[in-house]
Amino acid sequence: MPRAATTTDAFNAVAEPRRRAILDALAEGELTVNEVVRRLGLAQPQVSKHLRVLREVGAVQVRDDGRQRLYRVNGEALRPIHDWVASFERLWDDRFDALVDVLDDLKRNERRDG
Amino acid sequence: MTKTRSATVTVQGDTEIVIVRQFDAPRELVWKAYTTPELVRRWWHANRGEMTVCDIDLRVGGTWRYAMDTPGFGEVAFHGEYREIVPNERLVSTEAYEGIPDADANAALDTLTLTETGGRTTLTILVEHQTKEGRDMHIESGMEDGLQDALDLLEQVALSER
Repeated sequence: MPRAATTTDAFNAVAEPRRRAILDALAEGELTVNEVVRRLGLAQPQVSKHLRVLREVGAVQVRDDGRQRLYRVNGEALRPIHDWVASFERLWDDRFDALVDVLDDLKRNERRDG
Repeated sequence: MTKTRSATVTVQGDTEIVIVRQFDAPRELVWKAYTTPELVRRWWHANRGEMTVCDIDLRVGGTWRYAMDTPGFGEVAFHGEYREIVPNERLVSTEAYEGIPDADANAALDTLTLTETGGRTTLTILVEHQTKEGRDMHIESGMEDGLQDALDLLEQVALSER
């Protein structure tokens, strides 16, 4: 899966930590730009810029509600990212779970020998 | 010790991967489990196969090689060279995946860091690849879990979208 080094796809768009923080905030529900600004303590122009990038790759969607614009996460666009890192994370989860068994044995041995 | 399945994997910039997990054990024991061949043989396989090679020559300039025989996928092997060793604290080594051409030229640099607070150890592995392609391939190497896992994941995501 070669990907261009731009922000034109969701993978690159979420590589930026502040954009991930925005997605985390939106994952809990729809928010306006100002609500994102308050939650994350970022400057409004910065939040607007990141939201624009996230919209361009389809990671967030927007709808008008009266005079408010509400942003929300688009789960469908983020699914490939979730699967992409999640499988690798699962490998390490399994690896570390086995390591926990080894550590339990080592701790038992230390108590017995100590 | 409870198994929380709480490893976190983050991609950082274009070329890095960060893997973090906490253990309810002092860091001396984590270091021992991480660097002793008989012990590494018991966990590195991640239940995906049997570890057939586990060579560790733990000195700066010394080499390591791990291989695993996985059902349906054959042998998966990695090797590298130790660059920096601070017992119980820090281990820097190269990591080459033998399944790609020019494995050594494309090797990643791994930095293991162990920090202990109140008897609990935080293990952090920083994997620095030379290219974005190398980093992405490394992440995708974890995707050999098979279709069922992929379907389980899809289901989880679908449920979380409700």
